[in-house]
Amino acid sequence: MLRFILSKLLYLIPTMLGITLVAFGFIRLLPGDPVLLMAGERGVSPERYAQISAQLGYDQPMWQQYFTYLGNLLQGDLGNSIVTKKPVLAEFLSLFPATVELALVAIVIATLIGVPVGVIAAIKRGSWFDQISMTGALVGFSMPIFWWGLLLIIFFSGVLQWTPVSGRISLMYFFPSVTGFMLIDSLISGQEGAFASAVSHLILPSIVLATIPLAVIARQTRSAMLEVMGEDYVRTAKAKGLPMRRVIGVHALRNAMIPVITTIGLQIGVLMAGAILTETIFSWPGIGKWMIDSISRRDYPVVQSGLLLIAGIVMVVNLIVDLTYGLINPRIRHK
Amino acid sequence: MTDTTVKITNSAMRGRMLREFWFYFSQNRGAVAGLVVFLLLVLTAIFASVLAPHDPTQQYRDALLLPPIWDENGRAGFILGTDAVGRDMLSRLIYGAQYSLFIGIVVVAIALTGGIIIGLVAGFFGGWVDTVIMRVMDVVLAFPSLLLALVLVAILGPGLTNAMIAIAIVYQPHFARLTRAAVMSEKAREYVTAAKVAGASNLRLMFKTILPNCLAPLIVQATLSFSSAVLDSAALGFLGMGAQPPASEWGTMLAEAREFILRAWWVVTFPGLAILISVLAINLMGDGLRDALDPKLKRS
Amino acid sequence: MSLFSTRFLAASAFALMAAAPLHAKTFVYCSEGSPEGFDPAPYTSGTTFDASGHAVYNRLVQFKPGTTEIEPALAESWEVSEDGLTYTFHLRKGVKFHSNDKFTPSRDFNADDVIFTFNRQANADDPWHQYIAGITYEYYSSMEMDKLIKSIEKVDDNTVKFTLNQPEAPFLANVAMPFVSIVSKEYADALDAAGTKEDLNNAPIGTGPFKFVAYQKDAVIRYQKNADYWGEAPKIDDLIFAITPDASVRLQKLKAGECHLMPYPSPADIADIRNDPNLKLDEQAGLNVGYLAYNTTVAPFDKPEVRKALNMAIDKKAIVDAVYQGDAEIAKNPIPPTMWSYSNAIEDDKYDPEAAKKMLEDAGVSGLTMEVWAMPVQRPYMPNARRTAELIQNDMSKVGVNVEIVSYEWGEYLKKSMEAGRKGAVILGWTGDNGDPDNFLTVLLSCAAATEGGANRAFWCNKEFSDLLAKAKSSSDHDERVKLYEEAQVIFKKEAPWATLAHSTQYVPMAKNVTGFVQSPLGDYTFETVDLAE
Repeated sequence: MLRFILSKLLYLIPTMLGITLVAFGFIRLLPGDPVLLMAGERGVSPERYAQISAQLGYDQPMWQQYFTYLGNLLQGDLGNSIVTKKPVLAEFLSLFPATVELALVAIVIATLIGVPVGVIAAIKRGSWFDQISMTGALVGFSMPIFWWGLLLIIFFSGVLQWTPVSGRISLMYFFPSVTGFMLIDSLISGQEGAFASAVSHLILPSIVLATIPLAVIARQTRSAMLEVMGEDYVRTAKAKGLPMRRVIGVHALRNAMIPVITTIGLQIGVLMAGAILTETIFSWPGIGKWMIDSISRRDYPVVQSGLLLIAGIVMVVNLIVDLTYGLINPRIRHK
Repeated sequence: MTDTTVKITNSAMRGRMLREFWFYFSQNRGAVAGLVVFLLLVLTAIFASVLAPHDPTQQYRDALLLPPIWDENGRAGFILGTDAVGRDMLSRLIYGAQYSLFIGIVVVAIALTGGIIIGLVAGFFGGWVDTVIMRVMDVVLAFPSLLLALVLVAILGPGLTNAMIAIAIVYQPHFARLTRAAVMSEKAREYVTAAKVAGASNLRLMFKTILPNCLAPLIVQATLSFSSAVLDSAALGFLGMGAQPPASEWGTMLAEAREFILRAWWVVTFPGLAILISVLAINLMGDGLRDALDPKLKRS
Repeated sequence: MSLFSTRFLAASAFALMAAAPLHAKTFVYCSEGSPEGFDPAPYTSGTTFDASGHAVYNRLVQFKPGTTEIEPALAESWEVSEDGLTYTFHLRKGVKFHSNDKFTPSRDFNADDVIFTFNRQANADDPWHQYIAGITYEYYSSMEMDKLIKSIEKVDDNTVKFTLNQPEAPFLANVAMPFVSIVSKEYADALDAAGTKEDLNNAPIGTGPFKFVAYQKDAVIRYQKNADYWGEAPKIDDLIFAITPDASVRLQKLKAGECHLMPYPSPADIADIRNDPNLKLDEQAGLNVGYLAYNTTVAPFDKPEVRKALNMAIDKKAIVDAVYQGDAEIAKNPIPPTMWSYSNAIEDDKYDPEAAKKMLEDAGVSGLTMEVWAMPVQRPYMPNARRTAELIQNDMSKVGVNVEIVSYEWGEYLKKSMEAGRKGAVILGWTGDNGDPDNFLTVLLSCAAATEGGANRAFWCNKEFSDLLAKAKSSSDHDERVKLYEEAQVIFKKEAPWATLAHSTQYVPMAKNVTGFVQSPLGDYTFETVDLAE
């Protein structure tokens, strides 16, 4: 098992290196220039421009900049933002919990609803429940979530005034950030109503972010269940007269879950992309919005290291999914 | 002599396959509905200039932000109302269909062609060629697709063409992987070996012998990519990086409409609805295609 | 480590807040963006100045609330020498800096703080010049303070003397700007000793009306009233900036009572705000101008009569209606009407496509195709350049001019629009820094600004015009300056290097119970005077 993990990790290294190259290369290809953006309408004199570029190290040859960057990376230095002048890693870490919280809640919602819906739809194949839920899933799968978010805001925050418009918690509550997760921090704080406030802020964005994964998971669960239920051992179990619940619970579900878990894991990349849109719509202070802002400000170090961090996280999550898959499906491990 | 017989058999086979395909496809009511909506979309796009009551860029300066016709403030002639500079919503939506279909077709064409070539090369030659290509594909796939497309568009400059290129680049590894996997499994089959022994060239082997046998999953992936392309290009448009105003691309229309979210619901609602309906139709069709082409592929 | 320190700060701040009385008055401002940092010197955005310079700090002199007039602040009084070269400031006594959990000032504000504030920006050898790697002092250099100030001397603890290289009338307005907010030398020394220099940018200590409490990136900034404030103490106890970049979301939060006041409403929402019984709207002509700059060095735009004709072809009223939703004033001069020396006597070019067509024919121009550049970003002076360009395109087609709309990424746009020989006319604008006409006219239209690195995007160099500006700049006689600038506006109108489009109205929507908010013509958001009625 250890060898399996190690070989997988080793496999990541060239990909990681490729990612640094892509991130670095892309950024240098971006037109526009942070120095010009900072100067704005006023403009900047050529001498001053040269001075600032030199200060930022942009006057050196490309390859040299890349190796400096790589060297710094190995020492854990991801550079400083040009706009705020602060370390990229510190900024990332201060925003990352917000995105993780949103994504986790979304994936939990998607799984808790998607799996049962898929199972029931498979068992009652062809029923009205199956048809409605699968149509619903297809609608969800086809949803432009940026529009969906706007609709939810118009309705729940605008018309009904049930949910707050943006932010992570009501400003009435103020407590130190211990874990960075608002749901947990609000509980730790012990302030009355803080947790409820955090939940009410989280609900719309997480619904929007959960929409597509929910649809995918429901569809995947249904087809995996159908496939497993058609296999010999399930039919045998049924024929042996085992109760239906037991057949489904013990035999079918366990085997059907293998591809479903992979699907859930692979939704992480989808969630990261969704987070960009969701965070933009709900002014959620997470890394998706941070990346968009940084791209438009041409904040090279942030975009470069941000891409690297995000890709790294997606890869690590995929690796964990791979390993889990190996654990629950021994056939893979022995191969 | 033998050639003719083969041809006849082929066309007969093809006819039977098509009929069989249509049989399975038409079993799926959703798929047929999707196909109908999709055909309507295509017709709308083709006959946009006939169907649209107004020029989509014509600004009626006396008719800014008019609500749809059923609202008491609506005005005859502007069925779905007007936008902030007095352009007819319905006409813009109709012309928007052209953008969406065009984007879908171009993206799929680029991604499919690129992916097939790369996948064929990797799968057919194997060895270090395969390793290098697949590692590069891994790198592309490691980035969330929308983020990568965003950065690519930022590099190429915002605009419709560049958005399509960026999305195609991001989608292309999926096709490459599918093709490669299919090639790997087909390569060992007898008919390939037989063709090889008969002295077929590499190119002929790749394109004429192996490729037609791994088309089914590619077609399914292509429909899926078609709908994703419509969605992603709308998302880019929404973020200001896709088609640029005054283009009546639906995502761009939404981006422009965002500031009116509280005041003029129709400028926000209709473009999104148009995106949803077309993507849904294509996905319904895709489901039907998948079921009809390969019953074994029945999973999402 | 810096992570740890912010967390620690937040924790101790929490203790502070918990000790505050229960019925504390909390004022929430839905701000439009995140501050880049809390040291006002290295940054240039208004957002950062609102969050640091205006809330936490003071300057030697300040703008009288609601005006661009100068009044005493940390300097109680000052004298200007006869030749206009030396400024002697007499500093206010007994002004206390804030304290936080790691720093308690042992002395009052004095001349050392003033010198530290200027020296760290001026002097590249100052140990604080680069206290964060890659830091630059853009405003200090772009306002040309480095070229202007010859020396700064401490006469005694409460007197500082500035010597200039040349007489410069706008100097006082410059030192009222946030980038020269007075920073505590003692705090800087303490940070240096603790090895946490970057906290100057993270945990600011100033003399201003509010003490900084905590900042959570991209989400919220918290302040507390400075009870020891040298001026009139703020009426609210806690000030919160809720960072909300999207204008429609800000408005929704305002309506939901989640905040009390917001900047930059979307023009589309103004009517809705007016109709809302729970809100009120403060409006004021903004200190800005949106314009279309021709390239006056390229034919046929080198002829004033061609430019004039094109100006007459543009229906500015339609632009004001469709782009600014009617919330702007049609511009006839390059400076806004709220600015002193604005000449109301000038008559605008009349919108008259027929006459314009004829004038173009007379000038021998036919079948003209021109580019109109539309900026890719929103600014208060130009809410939607693309829409403006489309309207201009439409107007121009009526006089037989074919317009191609082009746009570039913002940085590229700024650069390419300043490249000599540029084709086409550029949509751009300007918001005043300090309320002095020089800050518009010299920056945007002087000969000196018509080169690379300048901002004269019409490349318009008129000797007579530039001489008037230079003369006005060195004069300390206000009435004389007014006259000179009025003359300059006459030349501008005659030569028409720009089509002046609009001066947008600044709106500040707020809850009904907000009192005492004074809108700044400079677009600053300050809260020392606000209160919440019961």
